[in-house]
Amino acid sequence: MRRRTTLGGHTYEFASLSDLLAKATPARSGDVLAGVAAESQAQRVAAQVVLADVPLATFLDEQVVGYDEDDVTRLVLDTHDAAAFAPVASLTVGEFREWLLARAAERDEAAISALARGLTPEMVAAVSKLMRNADLVAVARRTRVVTGLRSTLGLPGRLASRLQPNHPTDDPVGVTASILDGLLHGSGDAVIGINPATDSPAQTVALLELVDAVISRYEIPTQSCVLAHVTTTLRALEQGAPVDLVFQSVAGTQAGNRGFGVTLDLLAEARTAALELGRGTVGRNVTYFETGQGSALSADAHHGVDGPVDQQTLECRAYGVARHFDPLLVNTVVGFIGPEYLYDGKQVIRAGLEDHFCGKLLGLPMGVDVCYTNHTDVDGDDTDTLTLLLGAAGCSFVIAVPGSDDVMLHYQSLSFQDVLTARSVLDLRPAPEFEAWLARMDLLDDAGRVRELAADAPAARALLAAAR
Amino acid sequence: MTPLPPEDGHLRAPLDPGDGHLRGGDDPWALLRNATRARVALGRAGDGLPTARELEFRAAHAAARDAVHTALDADLVRAALTAAGVGLEVLEVHSQAPDRTTYLQRPDLGRRLAEGTELPAGSHDLALVLADGLSPRAVHEHAAGTVAALLERLPGWSVAPIVLAHQARVALGDPVGEALGAGIAVVLVGERPGLSSADSLGLYLTSGPRPGRADSERNCISNVRPPHGLGYAQAADTLVALLQASRRLGASGVVLKDEGTALPPA
Repeated sequence: MRRRTTLGGHTYEFASLSDLLAKATPARSGDVLAGVAAESQAQRVAAQVVLADVPLATFLDEQVVGYDEDDVTRLVLDTHDAAAFAPVASLTVGEFREWLLARAAERDEAAISALARGLTPEMVAAVSKLMRNADLVAVARRTRVVTGLRSTLGLPGRLASRLQPNHPTDDPVGVTASILDGLLHGSGDAVIGINPATDSPAQTVALLELVDAVISRYEIPTQSCVLAHVTTTLRALEQGAPVDLVFQSVAGTQAGNRGFGVTLDLLAEARTAALELGRGTVGRNVTYFETGQGSALSADAHHGVDGPVDQQTLECRAYGVARHFDPLLVNTVVGFIGPEYLYDGKQVIRAGLEDHFCGKLLGLPMGVDVCYTNHTDVDGDDTDTLTLLLGAAGCSFVIAVPGSDDVMLHYQSLSFQDVLTARSVLDLRPAPEFEAWLARMDLLDDAGRVRELAADAPAARALLAAAR
Repeated sequence: MTPLPPEDGHLRAPLDPGDGHLRGGDDPWALLRNATRARVALGRAGDGLPTARELEFRAAHAAARDAVHTALDADLVRAALTAAGVGLEVLEVHSQAPDRTTYLQRPDLGRRLAEGTELPAGSHDLALVLADGLSPRAVHEHAAGTVAALLERLPGWSVAPIVLAHQARVALGDPVGEALGAGIAVVLVGERPGLSSADSLGLYLTSGPRPGRADSERNCISNVRPPHGLGYAQAADTLVALLQASRRLGASGVVLKDEGTALPPA
């Protein structure tokens, strides 16, 4: 098929489907670094014009990353659900955008949410490239993905948070202090999730036991996770450690996952092992994945059948991996990877909304680590903007650390106060089981808000007793 | 500043019956604050942060941002080297990244020498490259002290002229070391600033430097930043052990670690 159009007197032609997808992508530094970005604004729009006329079904016939070479492509195509795809099977990418916006306006959550297994990552990436930020919010808001283990996530009107109590040396006292601070601010309903300072099995087991003890002592309806490599978690499982969630970073190509030291079989094995523990009370989702635009490029694992693939399409392919393992949580770490992939606040905000929309449309319980490093041109105003947009978009969860400052990973995420602000401004509440627990612990006021406590308040004393 | 965690591994009770007072004076949240450098127990203004805590955070972020965007001051580094008693000749090179904005978005350009760069070919045991990296401030403040401590510990090693590198990534040490004819290159580079560490210097050792070396072929000592991080003497001791092992093996990177040369925690 010829992929060309004339715009403003110039004719633009695109060499391949992956070239078209890359050129149609809103500007970001990673695509420039990979040498696939549009060379002018007009060329970008021309690509979007051509992409709008591509039938969705094309993505089932024509591959961006080869079927024979790549197990992510095989996984996606071999599990494609033709019946779920049927309602939109005859549409072009541009018509699909309009179909989604119409269903969103009608608040027809069922119609949108039922598509998930009929869509491929490339279809979702393609339609996102034609959408404005508000389109991404409007459709994601009407896409429902509900998961559970010991709390229920993704319900309408809720915004959960991962409490991330990292410490540079995994010191148990320091970790505990950050956990208590987060709980006192109403954070932790998605997970209490620690990035360990080292990837040793012994350390992982020690941290798992520490968080499990806090959760058990106060009967908190949430789950723990130590974000070690999946092979480390498997070792911890063999030792009988209290593993709620199997974590792994995943990428959108087989080569990218090899770079992370994982295979699809390994992920399946770990999920099965965690399921066998039966630690859930309200659900059976036992995996947690993190992703982020640029991860494949940074591992030189971004090549497809017709050359390099743009980072946002590859990110969607990572979701194609994640959804196969019925995750409780998936989040993009949107500002972490650096300015060579997402340069500034505008690019980070755009990418955060794209990732959230695409993940959700593919059926994932999508969260976002709204974050930045100091060499990126992003600040608290940008993270406020993205957080409030994500709250409006029905984001499953965000990540929060004490005072926005992760003292182990040396980057800035949201603070517990930021989560309170987003909930308050947008009238969102914590996960229902966790909200009931907060009420039992006398941490909510009469209006249901997380109250600000004096240290000698009984609720504070009760929680701080864990520190003795 | 937030104090270090207590040494005994136990959080203090908020109302310690021993003395009846909170640790940390009148602040009831000292219990949490004494346990971690993390920004716990900041208090609230409504759902947001109290003004003082908000401004403290902004000040830390501003210091880190400024550290990234400070230009490498060659005269300052030369003067510091002289003051530290380092008598080696100092040369300057630039990468192919023409400015900071390009440097941040194009790490590939920061790894290559600018067209037309000439360095005196020789035969040396060691080349030292002082690279601005993501914190020129770290080079300003800690490079001279580290180099002096290192040279003291390497009598008998032939060391090439010191190379100051602008808009440079770690891998720029590969073409520099190759051009100088050095057996080993050590790049002293400003690390990505954190909120509480805008001046951290990293040391990267590469045996047989030449373009195309993989990161797995390097050894790293991180967080040289006295008094809060590693001191110069301690960093130099570790680096010398690595250099000797590297010279013995004719290699660096993962194989060095397998030799049992433990690296300090990052």
